[in-house]
Amino acid sequence: MMRRILGQLANPQLLALAGVLLINWLLFPNFFRITWQDGRLFGSLIDVLNRGAPVAILAIGMVGVIATKGVDLSVGAVMAMAGAVAATLVVAGYPAPIAVAAALTVGLLCGLWNGFLVAVLDIQPIVATLVLMVAGRGIAQLITQGFIVTFNDPVLIFIGTGSFLGLPMAAVIAIVLLVIVTLLVRKTALGLFIEAVGVNRAAASLAGIRSRMLLLYVYGLSGLCAAIAGIIVAGDIRGADANNAGLWLELDAILAVVIGGTSLLGGRFSVPLAVVGAIIIQAMNTGILVSGFPPEFNLIVKAGLIFLVLIIQSPLAGRLFPARLRPVQEARK
Amino acid sequence: MSIITKLALAASLATALSSAALAQDISGKVVGFSQIGSESGWRAAETSVTRQEAEARGVDLKFADAQQKQENQIKAIRGFIAQGVDAILVAPVVATGWDEVLTEAKEAEIPVVLLDRGVDAPEDLYLTSVASDQVEEGRVAGQWLVDTVGAEDCKVVELQGTVGSTPAINRKQGFEEAIAGHDNITIARSQTGDFTRSKGKEVMEGFIKAENGGADICAVYAHNDDMAVGAIQAIKDAGLKPGTDILVVSIDAVPDIFTAIAAGEANATVELTPNMAGPAFDVLAAYWADGTEPEKFIITESKLYTSADDPAGEYERRKDLGY
Repeated sequence: MMRRILGQLANPQLLALAGVLLINWLLFPNFFRITWQDGRLFGSLIDVLNRGAPVAILAIGMVGVIATKGVDLSVGAVMAMAGAVAATLVVAGYPAPIAVAAALTVGLLCGLWNGFLVAVLDIQPIVATLVLMVAGRGIAQLITQGFIVTFNDPVLIFIGTGSFLGLPMAAVIAIVLLVIVTLLVRKTALGLFIEAVGVNRAAASLAGIRSRMLLLYVYGLSGLCAAIAGIIVAGDIRGADANNAGLWLELDAILAVVIGGTSLLGGRFSVPLAVVGAIIIQAMNTGILVSGFPPEFNLIVKAGLIFLVLIIQSPLAGRLFPARLRPVQEARK
Repeated sequence: MSIITKLALAASLATALSSAALAQDISGKVVGFSQIGSESGWRAAETSVTRQEAEARGVDLKFADAQQKQENQIKAIRGFIAQGVDAILVAPVVATGWDEVLTEAKEAEIPVVLLDRGVDAPEDLYLTSVASDQVEEGRVAGQWLVDTVGAEDCKVVELQGTVGSTPAINRKQGFEEAIAGHDNITIARSQTGDFTRSKGKEVMEGFIKAENGGADICAVYAHNDDMAVGAIQAIKDAGLKPGTDILVVSIDAVPDIFTAIAAGEANATVELTPNMAGPAFDVLAAYWADGTEPEKFIITESKLYTSADDPAGEYERRKDLGY
């Protein structure tokens, strides 16, 4: 039992995370210092959780989509739309619960629209979701009329910047979502169905899986997750910035899923490891901020580290690990 | 020459110019305006201010939105020439490729004034260009800090614009020029916040952790107001008072920063004026009156606003301009 837990802890993602945190600690010795301030935890590590939460939430939705051999490029734009809807409604005087519900509904509808294009019209996912990636941001800009819609609603601000048991609200939401979605896919047959459709949709359909409904579900979940992330990001800056909210975050989400060991070719996937992937990305970002590198190096440092992480989990490196330490897809073959 | 006298001179110059313009009536003139688009709040404000300035002078403004495309701007300018307008204002989307259409305007004897950005074309093809001096904006911000902290030691953290963008490079350079020679002021950390609120907040959070929980930071200099608004929230989240514990100075003068200044959470902002058209109409008035050839480059004033400049009133004046 102990051995099994140790074996799981030694997977490449957690090793990479430990490595990134170690580098951060070397560059900035106070990285792990956490203090209690104004009823909440305060420190760089907490920043990593807080700032990493939106991408982690996107990754939770994205991992299911990618496991079906799809991809959802629209999540960044859906974030902008959800934030715009929530902000515009509270500014217009609607109560926060209605604004949040409307934003979540918009996200869900966007996801279902993507799912409809992919599952029913059989459009390739990258093209189908590209439509909403482009149009969604435009719609968000129409909703906000190009302004940054600033609000003072306490509920929305709490979602973005509040804390629960000392942890930032964004991180709490991400953890709750992670637990729910993991239980949903691993304690029911849903995860297996998703993998089956990802490996071979025709075969899965012949085996009796309703692949169309399943695709609608996973794209709908991705849209819903994007809306949650969008509300958090808007609450964080107390305003909906349609031009910049969620910009390029779809790529970070895809990267998080890939770092988490899920193949873009579909099949086996892991929700918790995708979240670890998101935290690795944010740990790098936060590390760059506290290290004091000139900003011109940001992208190069990030690219170099990601390259290292991907090498660690490449099949070649996998063969160098003892069998029980190999990445998910290798060890279970 | 101190910054105060410079500002005073610029202000008196502006008054002189505008009173000259009032003397020369240009009402009834038809002016075409080819705008880039409405990609930012500032751009939208420039469009509304241009309309206001035209209306105040009785000028009939023909407006064309190019939606970020040079071909649309060239089409619009040809359209203005065909309509026989009295003058053309252009905010050029790119610097190159204007020679041909500007020559056509020159042959039609229609003066062209460039707004906000320059072009790579022979200078005799346009009357003048009106633009801000981004280095000067940084300098004014830096000078404010120099004057405010006096001889005290001051560690500054800088929130840069997008890496490699012209305003980021120029505003950084100007600020560094202003604090050069004042060894008590040092830039301790500098990172990019991509001109956005959320990145400004995230970067400031990192800076606060890296500088002893913010206790070592004396001031934050942000290349635009949006990043400053984000930084102010990060400072508050860290349990510090923005504007008091950490001074906040930024550039652009958008409405939201005046709310922060009025609340004492930001200290100063340098205006990137959206009023490029006012000076343009003034030189056109002088040109039409007696053929006065203006200077080729007219630099707009980089005015400093602090809590002494009626921030609440400035907010009211700006909030409907489209920022």
